[in-house]
Amino acid sequence: MIYHLAQIAYIAAAALFVFSLYWMNSPKTARKSVMAGVAAMLLAVVATWIQPEILNHDWIVIAIIAGFVVGIPLSRVPLTAVPQRTALSHAFGGLAAGLVGTAKFYLWSSEGPEQLTAFRMGAIVAEIILGFLTFTGSLMAAGKLQELKWIPQRPVTYPLQNVSNIALLLLAVALGAVLVIDPTGPWAYIAFPAIIGMALVFGVLLIIPIGGADMPTVISILNSYAGLSAVAMGFVLDNKLLITAGALDGSSGLILSIIMCKAMNRSFTNVLFGAFGTVQASKAGDSQKSYKEETIEGAAQVLEQASLVVIIPGYGMAVAQAQHRIRELYDLLTKRGITVKFAIHPVAGRMPGHMNVLLAEADIPYADLVEMDDINSDMPQCDVALVVGANDVVNPAARYDKSTPIYGMPIIDADKARTVYAIKRSKNPGFAGIDNELYFADRTFMLFGDAKGVIGELVKQLSGSGGAH
Amino acid sequence: MTQRRILILVALLFVCTFLVIAQATAPPDSHPAAETDYWSLVLVFVLSTFIGLGVVARVSRLLHTPLMSITNAISAIAVIGSIIVTGSDYPTDIRILGAIALFASMTNIVSGFLITDRMLKMFKEDRKEAKP
Repeated sequence: MIYHLAQIAYIAAAALFVFSLYWMNSPKTARKSVMAGVAAMLLAVVATWIQPEILNHDWIVIAIIAGFVVGIPLSRVPLTAVPQRTALSHAFGGLAAGLVGTAKFYLWSSEGPEQLTAFRMGAIVAEIILGFLTFTGSLMAAGKLQELKWIPQRPVTYPLQNVSNIALLLLAVALGAVLVIDPTGPWAYIAFPAIIGMALVFGVLLIIPIGGADMPTVISILNSYAGLSAVAMGFVLDNKLLITAGALDGSSGLILSIIMCKAMNRSFTNVLFGAFGTVQASKAGDSQKSYKEETIEGAAQVLEQASLVVIIPGYGMAVAQAQHRIRELYDLLTKRGITVKFAIHPVAGRMPGHMNVLLAEADIPYADLVEMDDINSDMPQCDVALVVGANDVVNPAARYDKSTPIYGMPIIDADKARTVYAIKRSKNPGFAGIDNELYFADRTFMLFGDAKGVIGELVKQLSGSGGAH
Repeated sequence: MTQRRILILVALLFVCTFLVIAQATAPPDSHPAAETDYWSLVLVFVLSTFIGLGVVARVSRLLHTPLMSITNAISAIAVIGSIIVTGSDYPTDIRILGAIALFASMTNIVSGFLITDRMLKMFKEDRKEAKP
């Protein structure tokens, strides 16, 4: 009886998970998706917990309480830290899958060889490889995003990197295959931990050559892996709800990675195996072009005269926490009857949708957040394009310069605006180490300084002159 | 597009080959308790993936960050596997692994849903609803 109840609860939970994702198609219905997700999760947990084979409750209670104790503060991080938090939760997901796979292996091998069927062993191997590589890979990604000092920010490359990485993964898979054929051989107790070790090392090696600009794609791929490791756990435990939920996560990660790759005109393999930004980093120094600078007063005057202003945010806005100042600027300009739009490039920031969340946090209505493809046709009519901490996504070299690593990447046509103001922290090239031609264009003027400070000055200037009217 | 199709096909082929090998190498006298109806599991996986691709492709681009945090919480459904391993009458060391996994999944569930809700609250259609 309880078994059947649980199955019904699992089916309901699976349906609710699908609805949960379905409601994410519009911000109007999106909050329902959290409700549906929570309801599904409660159903699934309760239905599992009341099963007769669950005899020990104390540890479950302790672990759940510990989960709340750690989870609640993790949900209160500033929104600029959301990419790190997301990477960290991918790591937790991978760890859970890896540990359950490990537990099941030792359990079944102690119960007897007939328990470790080839199917179960194969699923366990897939689960631990995916789980543990996601664990260390995501930890590395989180560390890079958090800008921890002991993790190199720039991509690290060395000779034969890809060959040795792939060889390591293949070796782990091959050991796994041997385990599938003979899961209880005398050396299985060495082979199994060896696979875990290799997966852990592979996760680290996979992320070391990846630079900040590729983080949106990498986070999406890790999201996919975390989902797939849950699927593998479902195969191990013979549980269809796990497979369904894991597959939803896996396919979501896959779609996001495809969108991110398209937005950079690169392939999966190129993101994972072609370290970005190392080619040009050395070359950038020898160009002797000069910037034209603009004063705050001058920029404020031009902004006042505009009728369409397009703000192009990038990772620099997140770093400087400039979104609230930008809203003040948005308020002042819209009050004067100026149309202000935000042009959002899919890979702006460090994870998919990063800019949208930050601007929504600053109370900017989402109707004014415009996708790259939709805003580009309006750019020639745009009076002022204000680039706030964005770099590669507005670099016109992507259109024609085959020697640059960003060649072919779709960009926001900031250079077509009548005037471009670019706010930049320093005169050094951006994260990808590529010189940005936009900064040297005839109609571009630089505003050097911290994004928050510069926008704050602009706001002060504009509100001052507004009061004089 | 074609690249994606090839990837999916290769993955499917891989799974099928693996299953056939698993079938062929399984000991003929294997214990009936260890039988798994793995074809139906594979079917569930394939169908769920297609549903996932269909549904996620329609998710608003505005919401990609909340999407990632909610799918993260959803895939923490690994919690039910962890509960089984932690709560069953297994040796202590195995249950310790389960408890750590349960803690990790629970953290994802709690923080994933809470932060998704926190982000979604911020999306407003126009300024009037927004608090000053």
